[in-house]
Amino acid sequence: MIEFRGVTKRFPDGTVAVDALDLVVDSGRITVFVGPSGCGKTTSLRMINRMIEPSSGSISVEGTDIMSRDAAELRRGIGYVIQQAGLFPHRTILDNVATVPLLLGWNKKQARERAAELMDTVGLAPEMAKRYPAQLSGGQQQRVGVARALAADPPVLLMDEPFSAVDPIVRETLQDELLRLQSELGKTIVFVTHDIDEAIKLGDKVAVFRTGGRLAQYDEPGVLLSRPADDFVDSFVGRDRGYRGLGFLSSAGLPIGDLPTVALGDRLPSEGWALVVDGEHRPLGWVDRGSGPVDEAALVPGGSLYDAGSGSLRAALDAALSSPAGRGVAVDGDGRVLGSIGADDVLRALADARSDENVA
Amino acid sequence: MNWVSQNLGFIAGLLSDHIVFSLVPVVIGLVLAIPLGWLANRAGVGRTVVVNLAGLLYTIPSLALFVFLPVVLGTGILDPVNVIVALTVYSLALLVRTVADALEAVPPVLVDAATAMGYAPVRRFLAVELPVSVPVILAGVRVAAVSSISLVTVGSVIGFGGLGQMFTDGFQRDITAEVVAGIVLVVALALVVDGLLLLVGRLLTPWDRAARATRQGATA
Repeated sequence: MIEFRGVTKRFPDGTVAVDALDLVVDSGRITVFVGPSGCGKTTSLRMINRMIEPSSGSISVEGTDIMSRDAAELRRGIGYVIQQAGLFPHRTILDNVATVPLLLGWNKKQARERAAELMDTVGLAPEMAKRYPAQLSGGQQQRVGVARALAADPPVLLMDEPFSAVDPIVRETLQDELLRLQSELGKTIVFVTHDIDEAIKLGDKVAVFRTGGRLAQYDEPGVLLSRPADDFVDSFVGRDRGYRGLGFLSSAGLPIGDLPTVALGDRLPSEGWALVVDGEHRPLGWVDRGSGPVDEAALVPGGSLYDAGSGSLRAALDAALSSPAGRGVAVDGDGRVLGSIGADDVLRALADARSDENVA
Repeated sequence: MNWVSQNLGFIAGLLSDHIVFSLVPVVIGLVLAIPLGWLANRAGVGRTVVVNLAGLLYTIPSLALFVFLPVVLGTGILDPVNVIVALTVYSLALLVRTVADALEAVPPVLVDAATAMGYAPVRRFLAVELPVSVPVILAGVRVAAVSSISLVTVGSVIGFGGLGQMFTDGFQRDITAEVVAGIVLVVALALVVDGLLLLVGRLLTPWDRAARATRQGATA
């Protein structure tokens, strides 16, 4: 747990970067600091490992006041990933990753073994070990940056806009991998970004900062989308927030209706659409009414599917809207067809969820 | 060229003097320039002062320095230490600026990353900032070494000019071969030392070559 108590940072020129911040970062979760430039999100992050020292107030990590510890020692126990990776150009990838273990006094062999392990964890091929950072792509360098931050297994990981310098496709891969890593490692992660979509995708909780270093709202992403605290958060969260908010509501309560299914070679339905399934009851496509047997040429590609167990209302609604039959296909974890839902079912579920919230 | 073959022992002695007189100052100059350059780079105003003072040193005429140093140092006028000290002053003047510039060119994001990993300042300097600066510093050392090799010859006015003795001696005794051999040897020595430094640089910075190759590949 990281706790900010009345933390203010005033720079010598008088600018207040962070203004009386009170905030608790939960252990084992990803907390995202997001906001426009000059909102104090990066300053807040950098105060956690004393790269910047607070003017007043206090910060504690796992109950210990950070000012009571030696700065360099404190930092060795907190992983740090920065924007352009900040790798040491004169050291091989393996030695870059081994940096903190070596600083902690491990012997070289142990440190390198650990580094090799970490390279594997973040998905870097072993043959990269002997290369220098300049020989890697931006995305690969960023992975090395993450591996280096994790090498000494610190409980806390600070990430300062780590994915903002890579192209959108690589960024998305890196985000997915961070989520996968986190599901295995369960670190206390503080992640800074100016990209609200990234914040909502990654954050278990999101702190929205406004210019002047004030915390505007601190909530789970679903709450941020459904109930922004004020106009600033509303406009910062951006367009389509109603639709995006559905992504945080479970589709588990949706009533799954019947769905006519046929197999290849069966007779076409005499009215309406039917879903064509294979021997495993997995969807192949839709067919419209007609006569004669179902053959592959008649298949109309289906829309998106949603997983009735783990899917969100957003996935369910998209399945309904993208289906040629107007019915979204619900599947189980193995991709087998369970039934279908309509867009109106999703809207009704949403209304129910809202009234539940109001009761609570 | 008869003269040369008859005086090989004499020439060899001058050559070894020349190597000592020219390169020991570069080594001492570098050792002093690293902390001074570091200091210069830390303090904003201090930097201007240190770098300009160093630049000023370089403008002192070498002849004046050879004559002036015995007074300051209390050495005899005919003491080889004068040559070593004078050339150290020049090397230092060149290298302080080089080291300060090299350290300034270290990307701030690297220093930041190193600090955040938990390097204390001195260890960070030795493990990150200095090694990353090696290519730039080495370029400065090559200039300082070649310039020092050439400047030693001026020491011949006080009798410690290494191969420069061959100029004065050759002129006085009107032996053209001696003068020419002296010039050729000084130039050859400068080329050899420069080449060796280049080689040392390559061995010290395999990462720099890797980076260059990648950049060329990217632009090709």
